[in-house]
Amino acid sequence: MDRRSFLTTGAAATATLAFPAVLRAQSKDPIRIGFPLPLTGPFAAIASDMQQGAQLAVDELNAKGGILGRKVELLVRDDQLKPQVGAQRTQELIEKEKCQFIVGGLAAHVQMAINEQTKKAKVLFISTSQSDEISAKPDTSPITFHEALNPTITSRTVGSWVAKNLGKKWWIVYADYAWGKQNNAVLQDTCKKHGGTVLGATPYPLGSAEFSAHLPKIQAAKPDVLVSVTPGADNVAFLKQVTSFGMRKDMKIAQPLHWLSQAKQGGSELYQDIYAGINFYWELQDSIPEAKRYVEAFTKKFNIPPADYGVYAYSAVLEVARGSELAKTTDAEKVADALRKNNVYNHFKGKQWWRTCDNKSFQDMWIVKGRGPGKTRGDWGLLEIVEKVPANEEMDRTCKEKGHA
Amino acid sequence: MFDISLPALAAQVFTGLVLGGIFVLLAIGLSLIFGLMTVVNFSHGALYMLGAYLGFMLLGLTGSFWAALVLAPLLVGAFGLVIERFLIRPLYGRSPDDPLLLTFGLSLVLVEVARLIWGKIGLTLDPPKALDGAVNLGFTAFPLYRLFVIAVTIVVLIALWLFLEKTNVGLIIRAGSRDPLMVRALGFDVGRIWFLVFGIGTALAGLAGILAGPMRGAYAEMGVTIIIESFVVVVVGGMGSLLGAIVSGLLIGQVVSLTTFFAPKLAEIMVFVTMAVVLLVRPSGLFGEAGLME
Repeated sequence: MDRRSFLTTGAAATATLAFPAVLRAQSKDPIRIGFPLPLTGPFAAIASDMQQGAQLAVDELNAKGGILGRKVELLVRDDQLKPQVGAQRTQELIEKEKCQFIVGGLAAHVQMAINEQTKKAKVLFISTSQSDEISAKPDTSPITFHEALNPTITSRTVGSWVAKNLGKKWWIVYADYAWGKQNNAVLQDTCKKHGGTVLGATPYPLGSAEFSAHLPKIQAAKPDVLVSVTPGADNVAFLKQVTSFGMRKDMKIAQPLHWLSQAKQGGSELYQDIYAGINFYWELQDSIPEAKRYVEAFTKKFNIPPADYGVYAYSAVLEVARGSELAKTTDAEKVADALRKNNVYNHFKGKQWWRTCDNKSFQDMWIVKGRGPGKTRGDWGLLEIVEKVPANEEMDRTCKEKGHA
Repeated sequence: MFDISLPALAAQVFTGLVLGGIFVLLAIGLSLIFGLMTVVNFSHGALYMLGAYLGFMLLGLTGSFWAALVLAPLLVGAFGLVIERFLIRPLYGRSPDDPLLLTFGLSLVLVEVARLIWGKIGLTLDPPKALDGAVNLGFTAFPLYRLFVIAVTIVVLIALWLFLEKTNVGLIIRAGSRDPLMVRALGFDVGRIWFLVFGIGTALAGLAGILAGPMRGAYAEMGVTIIIESFVVVVVGGMGSLLGAIVSGLLIGQVVSLTTFFAPKLAEIMVFVTMAVVLLVRPSGLFGEAGLME
């Protein structure tokens, strides 16, 4: 070893001793939140709103000094709406990018794949899209949280409303994957409970843009209500084709959910008088102060009002922060315990809470309908609130029914 | 669970005709290109997507759906000529795998380019006002635009048939697909014929795209699944056979439509079951000649 290298090594060693690397890492390394999302494919429009919601949450956190004094970083990855890609991206986010938390997922089948990875790596996961299985045994875990509504809550609520108000003879068209199948099952059940009949239920492959072959049968069956369980871009294609076959005058249309991003794409005429459930709509700002603050912050940053799924991302990222601050650590189990201990929160639309037996979020939802041309409020005021459905644990299956002891 | 009434079944057959029409337009282009050049054009689905997007763009520029309907296929065809001249031509004389891999890569590039230009979120196209709404066919209400798609497909097929059967260029194309070496020996420039045929084939893909746009919308991934189904159509019809592509396109359209009617869960798989059954009975497809792939 020559004198020069001895000196540099010595200097480096002194510096390390003076500022222990471990300590430095703890105080300065950012906290990383991994966010797998289907940025491409039929859910791209909804995913874009979610990415923006998550980004707004991270920016707000950083403006207030981050989490535990550490900067927060958001790492968004495209899961292409494929479970195997979702699993791979999640694994990379955890192992290569060293993310302390995973938030996200926008499809029932992909979030199960993400959850498998987070459970294996013991990383806290807050799911931000609908699924009945994610908060039920055997899939759930003490470090798996579910921020979104689920098919049981949505289809029981919307189904009951439809049976009471629109008609009792239904035809259901549903996307043939986890979310579609779960909604179909709950809808069938709800219809029967209200003394209605499901004349038929037809599955179609998710991401299909061609529905014509399903329609003649429905035309001939003449249901009172056509229940469309067609998420993302499929929704616009389905409604357009139903309209082009002249079926709108013969039957009403209802859906478990409206997505403002799809309604905007399809236009006010297409969505006129279509009833559905929704977890958030920007016009709630008129009555809810928290919604007003969120809508204003979002609109200022992105120049468009927020839609419905971005709020899940926003709220879930803020819950990661709240849990970490309460637990004073990023350790998954301790953060999860802290969230269950202080289970009430309110980030954008009023009080929400985690049910402690299954880590499921309970929140208000609304029944909305398309306003139709000439009646919209600006470019984005396409929907009208028909009824508020307050949060209630009885909307979901009980923890016992979900397999929790 | 449901009544099988004659009117509903008739409506189902009509629906299948439209699905089949789009398959035929795609499969004819694929088959023409394969029959003449033994090139398996994997970018055909991406060119279909390009047809829909260019149609959307031209509709915005010209304000006329009819102008877009004519111009979009021409532009896609012109782009096809560029692909042939600069990408496919250097690969002639090599194994058929090379152009297959190249066009597969090209399709991935085109999907990404479409996302860059038109965004990751799909676009909706509206049919022209004159074709909006449904007409009563007596047994069912059917979208006017879908009847128009059937009509355009028939007109294009007749025009193509006249071109191939009644013109000198058509004669050379047919001869070239039988025996390119002999055609070359007779003093014809086979390269120019191939160039032309690639342009026609890709223009047909563009036409299928803009026709499908008002029904299905335009989105970057729209060619991904339909290219597989179109290859099934070509294989069932017999690689390189135009009559085969037409018959099999209509057949697969009916298979999809009628399976959806009776057992919707099986609609996707039945396409492949049909292919398997046809290949068991006729290994080179319904109208195929043995030995083209060797």
